[in-house]
Amino acid sequence: MTYRTYHQVTGDDRSQLGAQVQAQRDRVIERLQSVGRIVAVMSGKGGVGKSYVTSWLARAAAPESKVGVLDADLRSPTVARLLGASGPLKVSESGVEPSIAEDGIAVVSMDLLLDEGHPLQWRSSTGDSFAWRGLLEAGALREFLSDVVWGALDLLLVDLPPGTDGVTDLYELVPSLAGVLAVTIPSDEARRSVARSLRAAQDSAMPVLGVVENMSGYHCPGCADVQPLFDGSAGQSLADEFGIPLLGRLPFRPRGEGPGQEALASTVRAVLGGAS
Amino acid sequence: MKFLCIDCDEQMTYEDRQEPGDGTFTASYVCPACGRRMAMLANPMETQLVGSLGVKVGGRTLDQQPMELVRQTLEGRDDAFVDDPSGRPTWAPESEERLARVPGFVRGMVKKIYSEWASERGIQVITPRVMDEARVDLGLEEM
Repeated sequence: MTYRTYHQVTGDDRSQLGAQVQAQRDRVIERLQSVGRIVAVMSGKGGVGKSYVTSWLARAAAPESKVGVLDADLRSPTVARLLGASGPLKVSESGVEPSIAEDGIAVVSMDLLLDEGHPLQWRSSTGDSFAWRGLLEAGALREFLSDVVWGALDLLLVDLPPGTDGVTDLYELVPSLAGVLAVTIPSDEARRSVARSLRAAQDSAMPVLGVVENMSGYHCPGCADVQPLFDGSAGQSLADEFGIPLLGRLPFRPRGEGPGQEALASTVRAVLGGAS
Repeated sequence: MKFLCIDCDEQMTYEDRQEPGDGTFTASYVCPACGRRMAMLANPMETQLVGSLGVKVGGRTLDQQPMELVRQTLEGRDDAFVDDPSGRPTWAPESEERLARVPGFVRGMVKKIYSEWASERGIQVITPRVMDEARVDLGLEEM
């Protein structure tokens, strides 16, 4: 028995799955038309203070600009707490309203949706979550972009999870991405890991704004002196290797105060589109 | 996905989708030439995979709700979302599932009836219980 194959049957695909996926992408683009610049904050390595840098960048930019923060680190979300955002999120006909945190920063994070201390889990009538968990996480990121009423923002910072996948997934959903900012700590282990993410970004032809070296020394609260915290100079090495600016070196401050406007000035200018 | 009636060499037309509530879904197709009908019966794993994409086989009959995928599938806080009292009623995920079991050709009308009934009473979220009350009140027990 012979019969026509998929491409030989020229009628429409009646399942409309492809058309619906395209419609989802179109919703993202439509929603983000009111956002001036979208900048991803990434690091190949966890624990480098990426969310800390994101939150202080948002605070530093907020006095002069309308800023939003999307916490794309779904499994380990921390930005909402760092910015003082809280739920519940209000749902209206036009979408989900972001939480408005300190300094008027619009925030959406999985942290606002999960029970305290509970991991990210999805409902299912089957097991085999390894087969579909990634799809749901990609879908959640897409809905954070498309279904949140971000409004007219000058800057939307996207705090990505560790690893290289997040930045390429985001770029496929948001081709208008203004750039990515890499965060590292001084150690050589961090340099090797962050280099992979920068390579992925450059291979995808994403604009890379620069690198920030966090925990770049220990700031003594008593004498205000800064002493080395890690061996290495990953920030400068990455800047040299990838031909990108080293935008800032932020010392670790044990009392949790922010790095200060001066230390962030170059980075703020870069994410807002000014010269670094 | 396309379905071909081999005898007629005609592409079959999508007819309807049903979700019986047991984690599976069915989609029915009909041959425009001979009228033969067939149903595709998806197992829970296949249903989960398609649902994880946030899409519906055969296309959507209801407008996509804000953060629909997250709200329907996340094991999260009960009070993660609150419905805006200034807006029209929204549908709880359990009610959306129940609505999806209504035959497609009357689903839009049924949704409109429930929404108007809830709006008139200032109800913000259409839960399964609201649906039950509306059904009795409106004499729509078969819906």
